[in-house]
Amino acid sequence: MGTDAALEFRIPSDVQQIEGIVERVVHRCAEHRFAARQLSLNVPVALTEALSNAILRGNGDDVSRHVRVRAEVTDGELVLEVEDEGTGFDLEACTEDPTIPENLEREDGRGLFLMQRLMDRVERYRNGGNIVRLTLHRR
Amino acid sequence: MSLHVSRHGDVVIIEVEGQLIVGNRQELKQQVLDETERGARKILVDFGRAGYIDSSGLGVLVSLAKRLRELGGDLRLANLNDDLQTLFELTKLDALFQIADSREHALESF
Repeated sequence: MGTDAALEFRIPSDVQQIEGIVERVVHRCAEHRFAARQLSLNVPVALTEALSNAILRGNGDDVSRHVRVRAEVTDGELVLEVEDEGTGFDLEACTEDPTIPENLEREDGRGLFLMQRLMDRVERYRNGGNIVRLTLHRR
Repeated sequence: MSLHVSRHGDVVIIEVEGQLIVGNRQELKQQVLDETERGARKILVDFGRAGYIDSSGLGVLVSLAKRLRELGGDLRLANLNDDLQTLFELTKLDALFQIADSREHALESF
């Protein structure tokens, strides 16, 4: 299949937008024959976490702010970029391990952890807005 | 996501159909809290027809389980598929919840 044109979206900061984006990206990955588990677990959960962070943390749940999503899918990998308009949240600061006993009963604190466990690479940088880049190699 | 509520004796069974994620977790939270207001102390969440769960969904389950324990009750889970089981294992939440492989086994355990 090679490479299609990247999927690009610009959505308002509304968590109800997340499922539709996830569905489109998963569909594109399915066309490139990603493994079933990547389609049902890795991609939807990690992308949902990234979008949720961008909407709620990055953009402060302000519907007037937007999130840009870019998904480039090849036969070898998926590269997702999720960009918000906020002033930046420090991914590295969110490093408390949610699996240690004293954190297990916390309601929050698992989003970044899941992104890191489900994706092969999680990076953050700024280019105008705050961008989180997720990479997953096709299995 | 939709929720289907039924009862088996004093156990309230809430079946989740679809994704349990940031945009809809409040529905599950409200449903469980409403049931506890009506006196329910044993809640079984059945994921047999669920899709994926995100960290918000996991978080709401954690807070609801804590609430049920404070009331002297319990919240248990059933019918996690392999993906959901993986999420619970990754986050070590399989140590926090009683998870049954079927609704029947879950009901027997209460």
